[in-house]
Amino acid sequence: MATLNILIAVCLAYVAMLFAVAFMAERAALRGRGNWLRSPWIYTLSLSIYCTAWTFYGAVGYAARSGLEFLTIYLGPTLVMVGWWWALRKMVRIGRTQRITSVADLISSRYGKSGVLAVCVTLLAVVGITPYISLQLQSVTLSFSSFAVSDVEGAELIATYDTALWVAVGLALFTILFGTRNLDANERHHGVVMAIAVEAVVKLFALIAVGVFVVWGLAGGIGPMMERIEASQIGQWQVDGGRWVGLTLLSAAAFLTLPRMFQVLVVENEDEGHLRTAAWAFPTYLMLMSLFVVPIAVMGLELMPPGSNPDQFVLTVPLSQGRDGLAMLSFLGGFSSATSMVIVAAIALATMVSNHIVMPIFLRLTQGGASGPSDVRHVVILARRLSIGVVLALGYLYYKVSGGGTALAAIGLVSFAGLAQLLPAMIGGIFWRGATRNGALAGLLIGFAIWAWSLLLPQFGGGALSPAVMEQGPWGIAWLRPEAMFGIEGVDPLLHAALWSLSLNAIVFVVVSLISFPSPLERLQGAQFVNIFEHSSNPQSWSGGIAQSEDLMIMAQRILGPAEAQSFFQTEAARQGLAGYLPEPTPDFLARLERELSGAVGGATAHAMVAQIMGAATVSVEDLLAVADETAQMMEYSSQLEAKSSELTRTARQLRAANEKLTQLSVQKDAFLSQISHELRTPMTSIRAFSEILRDAEGLQSKDLTRYASIIHAEAIRLTRLLDDLLDLSVLENGQVSLNIREGLLSDVISHSIAATGTDMHALRVRRVGPASEVMLNTDLDRLAQVFINLIANAQKYCDADRPELTIEVNRRGGRIIVDFIDNGSGIPPEAQSMVFEKFYRVADRQAGGAGLGLAICREIMARLGGTLGYLPGQGGGAFRVSLPAAKRMAAR
Amino acid sequence: MSKRVLIIEDEPNIIEAISFILSRDGWHVDSHSNGHDAVSVVRARAPDLVILDVMLPGRSGYEILTDLRAQPETQDLPVLMLTARGQARDRELAERAGASRFMTKPFSNADVIEALNALVAR
Repeated sequence: MATLNILIAVCLAYVAMLFAVAFMAERAALRGRGNWLRSPWIYTLSLSIYCTAWTFYGAVGYAARSGLEFLTIYLGPTLVMVGWWWALRKMVRIGRTQRITSVADLISSRYGKSGVLAVCVTLLAVVGITPYISLQLQSVTLSFSSFAVSDVEGAELIATYDTALWVAVGLALFTILFGTRNLDANERHHGVVMAIAVEAVVKLFALIAVGVFVVWGLAGGIGPMMERIEASQIGQWQVDGGRWVGLTLLSAAAFLTLPRMFQVLVVENEDEGHLRTAAWAFPTYLMLMSLFVVPIAVMGLELMPPGSNPDQFVLTVPLSQGRDGLAMLSFLGGFSSATSMVIVAAIALATMVSNHIVMPIFLRLTQGGASGPSDVRHVVILARRLSIGVVLALGYLYYKVSGGGTALAAIGLVSFAGLAQLLPAMIGGIFWRGATRNGALAGLLIGFAIWAWSLLLPQFGGGALSPAVMEQGPWGIAWLRPEAMFGIEGVDPLLHAALWSLSLNAIVFVVVSLISFPSPLERLQGAQFVNIFEHSSNPQSWSGGIAQSEDLMIMAQRILGPAEAQSFFQTEAARQGLAGYLPEPTPDFLARLERELSGAVGGATAHAMVAQIMGAATVSVEDLLAVADETAQMMEYSSQLEAKSSELTRTARQLRAANEKLTQLSVQKDAFLSQISHELRTPMTSIRAFSEILRDAEGLQSKDLTRYASIIHAEAIRLTRLLDDLLDLSVLENGQVSLNIREGLLSDVISHSIAATGTDMHALRVRRVGPASEVMLNTDLDRLAQVFINLIANAQKYCDADRPELTIEVNRRGGRIIVDFIDNGSGIPPEAQSMVFEKFYRVADRQAGGAGLGLAICREIMARLGGTLGYLPGQGGGAFRVSLPAAKRMAAR
Repeated sequence: MSKRVLIIEDEPNIIEAISFILSRDGWHVDSHSNGHDAVSVVRARAPDLVILDVMLPGRSGYEILTDLRAQPETQDLPVLMLTARGQARDRELAERAGASRFMTKPFSNADVIEALNALVAR
């Protein structure tokens, strides 16, 4: 009785001490003197809540039963801390910038702040953690009874009173006192963290003390100890590769997903930099914790009577040796392990339950009609307290239902496998933008269902699932047998369940994510989570000062204009009771400033600007996106205006060009009509004058009669020719000409043209040169002859040499036939060379019968025949070059 | 004493026709067919009357007339302008240049004689 009384007294004293530590830490934090609280060492020690009673008592039991396999539980977190340091940092960054309060909050925030998902994760966490809490109750209860064995009255007391119940109630009260004393927006609990750090030291010290006692006090040093280990059954233990890998992965996953781990890793994190220290310090802590596990187990197996619970060796070995003090220390270590885990787990779960289940229901019931913020605050605290009570009650129930006889490690692993179901949604959420709410929900549900079916329910023994179901499957469906799902038999039940639940969870998560479309909010959150490092810096706390007020004023002046900004700042300063223009940058003032600015630059931009100047607040992706949105709208508007104005300019330019063209055409048309009029009226004038002379017949001599009649005739012919040319040109220009394509020899065309111009009777001598005149043509021979005749006739008319001579030279060049008409006259002056092909153009001072349409017509004809006509300068006389495509077929002769 | 008329025109047939009808009417007819030196030819031959074509090789009838009107000896010289481009604008240009009379080709022989007689009678 005395022992038990002492034990209880020590426990109470210990708890009081913890409470004092927590209280002092809270006070220090409140007064802003808690810098030492924000040390990476405190952070590292707080992570030690990973080591629960399971680690403290269970690891030795595990080693006694399964050898070195207990190490996997330490290996997983070590790998995460060392190898996945950056992933943890990402999670911490997300948690801080997004003000994440729990695992459920993280997952639901990532997937579009989904309430359903939050509830699912919360329920899964509660169900998953319940066995774990029961494990703590069981270990504390066991340790009480271990002490009580030597004490008959105590044993009776233990038997009479339900120790586990009292432990549960005690822990609930303890947690409520610690965890819900006040509400912090960031869900930080400085006092609790400090208490946990103290407990971390106590449990490590206790375990090492027992270890040292075992190795040096009992075994007689390291050497003899090693021999004992070699001799024991642990020495013969074989590594089961599958289990080893599976358990390592499971513990790594649980390290990330356990609500209490998330609480200390992310929520309670003060500074990302602490991770740097924890990355090596925490694995070191784990190593120290595991250092003496095997020696204690070996000595326990040697010293303790067969059948005694190896989970209690840490306690029972010192007790059996009469070392009550050491046993007491050991008991406190275990007590520390259990309480710290329960406190943090209960706080984390209570936060989730109250935030995601109780509060939404409460707000819905009251239609948001709580009479004030203090009212809501009261409800939140009440919800938290109730939640803590419920969580512990569930743990106690599980302990009672499962019978309390199971090995601690086995219970822990069930929890691990359950919580690991959160991993795909969590890791996918922060690394894969394509992950969707539906994917996460589907994966979670399937994983949770398989875990519950194949691992959790069989845990309860025959009470939950009948032997028939275990043997034959539900309704005789063999492939649904809990421990042989899908026909896979003979695998370790834990591995079997973890494998199926996690792999199906991951597969369903990925597949459903791929085929479902995320909502805009999900996309946004996904982008923020996955790209957290691109958009945020390590946030610091706001510490506003007058200096920042000045910066704010400078900015406000730029945006609002000096007069308005100054009067606004003055009013604000007066409102705070300050003289002058610079108010304190209180949140109130900042909010009003933002509103003021947003009138000018848009809400998002205003927020980003104020945040920028306040420095501390990071400009979040949301802010940036909103700014980009506003900017995009403005840009779109201005680009629309721009497009419109450029369209107008373009239309105006087009109109101007069209107008110019019309004017030009009109001028051309006038000039053309005027020309035609002139060309027609000139022969008509002669015809009319002479015909009147002939009609009047006055003073006419017979020779005049003939002459005037022939002039009339010639002018009539000239008129006809002119009309013919005009029509011809019109047809050619409109492209309405119909060509009469025939085969013929180029030389024949030239001969015919020379004959048609009647050069034999004139002075012009025509010389034909060129080897290629025996060329077969396939073209409109008549039109070609028309061109040739025109060119020969021009030479006749214009060649001013004493002995006029025209050389017609034929050449083949490439695929073309070149016919040059070169006379020995003075040629066409350079300034006129480009003009000769214009309609009605006539080289000045030349008397000629033509209307000046000949070359214009010729050029049009050549264009229709696929050739060209051009003036060839530098030939010593007038020179025209006709070029036309050669016929496909050459002369057959 | 017969009046002397100078025809400045580049169409030989038209010169021949006008020469015939004016000779028949008792005029002394002279002709020139180039625009370049038309002004000096007019001054050299000092005709009583000039028949001036508008479209001449070298220089337009309007330019020649403007030059003639700018000189004291010829500023009152009666000038009958002939043009084959019978548009209103051509008549305007002729009047502005100082033409005494304006006729469009083709003309009636009787009209030409009548016009010339009217011009010298003034």
